[in-house]
Amino acid sequence: MSVTQMPLKQPAAQAPRAAKPRRKLKERLWLAALQILITVLSVTFLVPTLWMVSSSLKVSTEVFAHPIVWIPRDPHWANYVTAFTGHLPLGSFIWNTVKIVVFAVLGTLLSSSLVAYSFARIDWPGKNFWFGLLLGTMMLPDIVTLVPRFILFRTIGWYDTFYPLIVPYWGAVMALYVFLIRQFFMGIPGELEDAAYIDGASRLRTLTQILMPLSKPVMATVAVFALLQHYNDFLNPLIYLKTMDKFPLAVGVKMFNDFEVQHWEIVFAVSTIMLAPILVLFIFAQRFFVQGITMTGFGGR
Amino acid sequence: MTVLQSAGRLLTGGGPRRDWLTGYLFASPFILGFLIFIAYPMLHSAWLIMFEWDPLREPEFAGFSNILKMLEDPKVNKSLFNSFFYTVIAVPVQLCISFTLALALSQPLWFRDYYRAAFYLPIIVPLVASAVVWQRVFHPEFGILNEALGWFGVDPIRWLFEPQLAKPAFIFMSFWAIGRQMVIFIAGLGNIPESLKEAASLDGANAFGRLRTVVLPLMTPLIFYNMVIATVNSFQTFIPAMIMTEGGPSDATLFVVLNIYRNAFQYGRMGYASTLAWELFLIIVGFTIMQFVISRRWVYYEEGGD
Repeated sequence: MSVTQMPLKQPAAQAPRAAKPRRKLKERLWLAALQILITVLSVTFLVPTLWMVSSSLKVSTEVFAHPIVWIPRDPHWANYVTAFTGHLPLGSFIWNTVKIVVFAVLGTLLSSSLVAYSFARIDWPGKNFWFGLLLGTMMLPDIVTLVPRFILFRTIGWYDTFYPLIVPYWGAVMALYVFLIRQFFMGIPGELEDAAYIDGASRLRTLTQILMPLSKPVMATVAVFALLQHYNDFLNPLIYLKTMDKFPLAVGVKMFNDFEVQHWEIVFAVSTIMLAPILVLFIFAQRFFVQGITMTGFGGR
Repeated sequence: MTVLQSAGRLLTGGGPRRDWLTGYLFASPFILGFLIFIAYPMLHSAWLIMFEWDPLREPEFAGFSNILKMLEDPKVNKSLFNSFFYTVIAVPVQLCISFTLALALSQPLWFRDYYRAAFYLPIIVPLVASAVVWQRVFHPEFGILNEALGWFGVDPIRWLFEPQLAKPAFIFMSFWAIGRQMVIFIAGLGNIPESLKEAASLDGANAFGRLRTVVLPLMTPLIFYNMVIATVNSFQTFIPAMIMTEGGPSDATLFVVLNIYRNAFQYGRMGYASTLAWELFLIIVGFTIMQFVISRRWVYYEEGGD
């Protein structure tokens, strides 16, 4: 009995074709059935997303038709124009999202790297205490600090500004990211930095010019995760922003959902607009999505 | 710079260097961030439990009345029930689906990478967008779910409009987003040594026997890990409830976080909302500790065995 015939195999690189001639008939039938089942199932998983995209190109009568129109007869791109020219400021929603995400991700990367460097390379009294605290905050649900944080930001006059959505992340409050970067730094040998010290480089320079360039994979992973986190953040902008013109896309989609109840095609178009950049990012940076998930168990959302 | 002057002393073969001012300086973003945005709000939140506070007026001391009120507030109990119901049913089924998918996608199938991408895609759809789409998937008249059920002769179902069906609909929707768990399981399955499975085969184990005696035990740490994360996340479900049903019908989807949000930001009861947030926090911590305790009975740790 050949062990290569085991149905449970390493998912590592191995061409299905190469192993095929040695399979028994029973096993090949079983694999064929599985292939069909998985095909059907994977298409089913895609349907809600595809339906969203296809419906964003329908005219109203096609959206509310029986039986369902799966593919619009004539793609109605005008829905996207209507989404931008309607009474909801979609352009502002997008621009606000860009501003919030860029500054929040930048802050996350810079502050997390500094803190990670301190935990990985410098020996200071109290380090273990603070590192323990850092790990402890990973378990903490945001909701516990939601109310007092709101009161704090309102008291200092940050209500209805972007600051509450950006400034905390310059304080390395996302423990997971600090931890990931620190682990990566720990794996880099210190000799290069020693050489830099002899040449008179400061710690900040060794961090930015030696460690960070060597840590591109973990930096990219953290950047992708932080980007998704802030792009999708709904609760914080909902609480801290009052003026519609300041809303990011996540809250904007809800606005469209509330105010364009009759126009599903517009709501679908705005949802598609929100998905598009993430989809592009996923296609180009798939490695970092998967890497991040297997490293942390979080990811996406 | 001091670093320059003491460079000779600093050379300790790449090990950590004692330099405590710089240490604190580099760690200061976290130290400040922690004190201002985590520690202070937590203490303040605990303090607020004792107060009745509408943000438009002065806080009033309320003693333990918030806690007493919480214990008999029907909305609170309803929201706790909803979150428990959702979590306890959704999480185990999610784990079964994602584990089965991971097993299937570890078989030598064609187009495996495409399947993996297809099952992963729902995770990258922004939660707000997916809530908006699923609200319409469940639409009694024009939704695709009822359309598909109609092919099998099922009459239209008023998913999100029926108190008994709204939570099951939410649970069904959560099965769509199991890509993250699946990716973790696939990575874990890839790490199982082939030699162990071969050994089981030589002992006469068939595919199912190998799954039960080799694969499942080795995967228990990852199953446990996914379970803890999924539980914590399920307890904090907010966006779908806020967008798809606004907690309705008849509070059937009033989950804990939605209830806290409403008390704080719609009813202006800051003290009461803090009390509820602490309750949720303690429940999550309690649940997690319980899962860790129980895990000793079923999770296989390499250090312990063999």
